[in-house]
Amino acid sequence: MKSKWLSGPYILWMALFTLIPLGVVFYYAFTDSVTGAFTLDNLANIGNYLPIFLRSIWLSIFATVICLLIAYPVAYYIAHCKPGTQRFLQMMVMLPMCMSFLLRTLAWVALLEDTGIINNLISAIGLEPLPLIRNNGAVILGMVYNYLPYMILPLYTVIMKIDPRLIEAAQDLGCNSRQVFSKVILPLSVPGIVSGITMVFVPAVSTFYISQKLGSPGTILIGDVIESQFKSAYNPNLGAAMSLVLMILIFVCVGIMNRFTNDEEESMVTL
Amino acid sequence: MKKTRILCLFLALILCLPFFALTASAAETVTINVYNWGQYIADGTDDSMDVIEEFETVYPNIKVNYMTFDSNESMYTKLKAGGSSFDIIIPSDYMVQKLIEEDMLEELDFSNIPNFAYIDDSFKNPDYDPENRYSVPYTWGAVGVIYNSKYVDEADVGKWDLLWNVSYMGQILMFDNPRDAFAVAQLDLGYSINSEDFTELTNAADLLREQKPMVQAYVMDQVYDKMQRGEAWVAPYYAGDYLMMVEENPDLAFYYPEEGYNLFVDAICIPKGAEHKKEAELFINFLTDPEIMGPNLEYLGYSAPSQAAKEYMDPEIASDPIAYPDEETLERGSSFRSLSLEGTQEMNRLWLQVKTADTATTVYSILTIAAIMLVILLWIFFKVRKRRKKARRCQKWKTTA
Repeated sequence: MKSKWLSGPYILWMALFTLIPLGVVFYYAFTDSVTGAFTLDNLANIGNYLPIFLRSIWLSIFATVICLLIAYPVAYYIAHCKPGTQRFLQMMVMLPMCMSFLLRTLAWVALLEDTGIINNLISAIGLEPLPLIRNNGAVILGMVYNYLPYMILPLYTVIMKIDPRLIEAAQDLGCNSRQVFSKVILPLSVPGIVSGITMVFVPAVSTFYISQKLGSPGTILIGDVIESQFKSAYNPNLGAAMSLVLMILIFVCVGIMNRFTNDEEESMVTL
Repeated sequence: MKKTRILCLFLALILCLPFFALTASAAETVTINVYNWGQYIADGTDDSMDVIEEFETVYPNIKVNYMTFDSNESMYTKLKAGGSSFDIIIPSDYMVQKLIEEDMLEELDFSNIPNFAYIDDSFKNPDYDPENRYSVPYTWGAVGVIYNSKYVDEADVGKWDLLWNVSYMGQILMFDNPRDAFAVAQLDLGYSINSEDFTELTNAADLLREQKPMVQAYVMDQVYDKMQRGEAWVAPYYAGDYLMMVEENPDLAFYYPEEGYNLFVDAICIPKGAEHKKEAELFINFLTDPEIMGPNLEYLGYSAPSQAAKEYMDPEIASDPIAYPDEETLERGSSFRSLSLEGTQEMNRLWLQVKTADTATTVYSILTIAAIMLVILLWIFFKVRKRRKKARRCQKWKTTA
């Protein structure tokens, strides 16, 4: 009974600031921007923007995979340091998050531009400047840089909590280090991987600033289109319809992923 | 340990500083919210006059809360969305007309704005506000093409087609708002910039789509940074901003295209729902004072709608052929009128299509189909494996039993 009372404020908060706004999004998505009458036009027109939805999802998938590949070794390393070093390294991971997301992205612009720091250095030593900015690669780089901490932290927490006795037991029973990793450490860190992937993929799909700064007009993402509908085109209805479709697509992607990891976990346990 | 304590104390003191500043000015002040274009008021940099500080010295009980927008459309959206109360806005002509049509502006009390008398007669009772009840001109100017003479061949210069010139692939900037962007395409095609004709709009959109692969970025205020540092070479933008940019980068040059160009007036208005109308009118009066308008516009580079103000400006700037083009050039210019609701919607729709037009659609479609098939295959694989394992376990259990 007591615990129910304690969760009251959060339920109220969620109702006020999550469920009701979601209802508003629904309402806007199904009404006309001028007359306010019920219409399916907004959703019917979404098909025109399918390529942009696809690109947003693909770029985010690439960014998420790269994040995972970078973050796993880092998290593993941090989790096996001395407690003092761990705290320090953890802070180093968090440090960029203390700075504004916009500033960090602008800093990358200054680095990568045609007349930016890196290209100035390259041309100073007599080489051709590289096309570092305004391509898909730069957008993915921006996403990886900005969302990497969200992948490292859950992985670190999970890996740190793995009971060292389990690893010792595996070694006792004749596992070599590769087998220890693939049969013990990796399966036990699956929850961290899942939450890391979700925490990187979901904000990356709907991101809008990174692609404007680091991408070209050809690498516009769905977040940019939604932003423009609210900011300058004054068509919140189309923007709401897009957000709704994006939300459903994210649910589908995350759902597929969870399905696989569940299967994986089950099969691991039954082994 | 002592060191950390001193450090903490020091940091705490720093955090307290803003409060001191607040309490010092708390005596019976009124705050007016001013919503203006970015980089559109002299702010004390480069030895200019700090207009807002000056105003706050003359009227010590009025504080100015200054905010900026980057296009008429984003300003309109913010006003329309509500929830924010502005006392002063400075939109362009066609937006003033639209706001009047939608009854979103307060009528001004001109007895509080005696300096209106200094405004030139040619700027009074303009088409966008025929009885001149809602607006006071702030500046006027024109859109032309800015280019970097270090990289751009003089032979290519003169018309709008410089913005479609493939030699400058990836070095071209373009307006990031539909009205200005469509105007460029419409002028290049020889149409009126106020055309609402469906085929003309579609043709203009096609031309913009053709341009897209050459465009480095669709920008507004970012144009300063990119052009000044030579990151981009060609951009259509406002003449006044060119004059500001050329001071930073003397390689920049400017021309008014032969086919015509857009002439505009930006005017000061008070939106409906303003909380401090009287103070806002004092602010308008202050901005219109020739002694303020002169130095302010000298810094901005935009043209002054008042002969009296020109006398307070550097004579060289007051006679600059780009800020004050000759009669012949002025005749080529045309100004925006507010479009009908359908026209605006059509333009927004086409603009969104231009901005979202994609060249790599097939690649992503193939990737997506491949990924979906992979997911299905993996799923089947896991299912089969699981079933086999179960079968094997059953077998084992049976044999042991």
